[in-house]
Amino acid sequence: MSLGQFFQREGSHWLRDEGPESDIVISSRVRIARNLSGRAFPMIASGEDQNALLDEIATVAEQSDVRALGPFTLLRMADVSVVDKQVLVEKHLISPSLAESNGGAGALLSPDGELSVLINEEDHLRLQCLVPGYQIDNAYGQVDRLDDAFEEVLDFAFDEEKGYLTACPTNVGTGMRASVMMHLPVLMATGQMNRILPAVTQVGLAVRGIYGEGSDALGNLFQISNQVTLGQSESEIIGNLHGVTRQIIEHERAARQRLLAERRDQLEDRVCRSFGILAYARQIDTKEAMQRLSDVRLGIDLGIIKGVSASILKELMVAIQPGFLQKYYSQEMDPDERDGRRAALIRERLRTDGIAQS
Amino acid sequence: MMCQQCGQRPANVHFTEIVQGQKSEYHLCEVCAREKGQAAYQAIAGAFSINQLLSGLLNFDPSVKMRVNTPSAQCDECGLTFNQFAQLGRFGCPHCYEAFAEGLSPLLRKIQSSEQHVGKVPRRRGGAITAKRELTRLREEMRQRIAEERFEEAAQLRDRIRILERESSQA
Repeated sequence: MSLGQFFQREGSHWLRDEGPESDIVISSRVRIARNLSGRAFPMIASGEDQNALLDEIATVAEQSDVRALGPFTLLRMADVSVVDKQVLVEKHLISPSLAESNGGAGALLSPDGELSVLINEEDHLRLQCLVPGYQIDNAYGQVDRLDDAFEEVLDFAFDEEKGYLTACPTNVGTGMRASVMMHLPVLMATGQMNRILPAVTQVGLAVRGIYGEGSDALGNLFQISNQVTLGQSESEIIGNLHGVTRQIIEHERAARQRLLAERRDQLEDRVCRSFGILAYARQIDTKEAMQRLSDVRLGIDLGIIKGVSASILKELMVAIQPGFLQKYYSQEMDPDERDGRRAALIRERLRTDGIAQS
Repeated sequence: MMCQQCGQRPANVHFTEIVQGQKSEYHLCEVCAREKGQAAYQAIAGAFSINQLLSGLLNFDPSVKMRVNTPSAQCDECGLTFNQFAQLGRFGCPHCYEAFAEGLSPLLRKIQSSEQHVGKVPRRRGGAITAKRELTRLREEMRQRIAEERFEEAAQLRDRIRILERESSQA
């Protein structure tokens, strides 16, 4: 299999398909941290030890139990160019810190990009599953099976009292971080996000913007994830996440219907105006593009815009990030140039879906 | 010079901040300085990482701070000192959890919901742990039944506990 596909749009299942509740939930992800007993964590492990671990995991990946869940392709970060690393990060296939780390960092990727294993990041292993839509149980199931397959041949650092031992005490216990990425344009526009945030933190969960920092969530995309890893079982954590996610889905849907019923004209104007800008702009920065894409996606979900595929938001939100853009056009660019190319890429993508009717 | 925050546009807003005698210089582009407002201020006031947050928690806790100065606070497997852990917010190896158990407890109580793992156990090594957990659960249930004066049910639980205890001592 060629490595090239991981850098292209077609390489990722979560970007291509929709999945359940996809009008609101973009993707679901579960990752678990595992370390091998009796070995220094990657932060202080020598380059030699890190490479030895990388080789060992590459061998384990070829064993039938693990292979049956892949087959996995090993990427050694030392062999991957800076732009390619950035693309993998923007596609959420690897983490920013793995991309930054030197030496023995690597990743195992499944063909559809759903399952991946980060090696020598903060922990020895981080097993992750990323699926489209609202499928948190499916994601955990896949990671859990992969964990079992690895555990057949690897001795994980585990303590009866503290659970799975991790480099950072915020992960100790289950080592699990389960999250859903949600598109919440109307809760955001009507200021209701501010009421939801404090309630969510009370059950051990956190909400943050995907791109951009603070309350400045680009594209109205939010990630909800568990903070607590010790003292709650995997099923309790996932149960809490389900409870909160379902409520937010309901709130957002209700708010959308209310908006449609009470202020349809303004809503249509905003959605179609954004569509027009994306369809004709010659220069657009990431921030504006993300907001306009969010508007258009809302228009698609509410039936205002027809003939454009709903996956446009997540496809383009990845494609218009600086790394992907430079990969797509095979050159490094300054910001002005990127704004121009970004606008061109969006126009091109909208055209492939045919002219929209509103 | 490029903007410290976005790294995309030239920096043309420069300012100096002095906090407790510590002088820091910042260089931002106009867009970041104006648009981001409060967010930009937070970002330049120091990227807020979880590791810094942890070391903050550790350093503010007097009971922990005292231990930091004891010479014994060092992991005998990887050599990391508690001081280093407090700064980095990360352990050096699995053994650190044992080596720093004392200083770790107050931290875990703050950032986690309890100090006892109740989730998954490794399948291959986990048999004994699972049995032990079951025993703890049964004993607790038995205590409750006794307290509720439901002695017949308590006796049944006691018998199950005995069987389990015998099995685990043979294993």
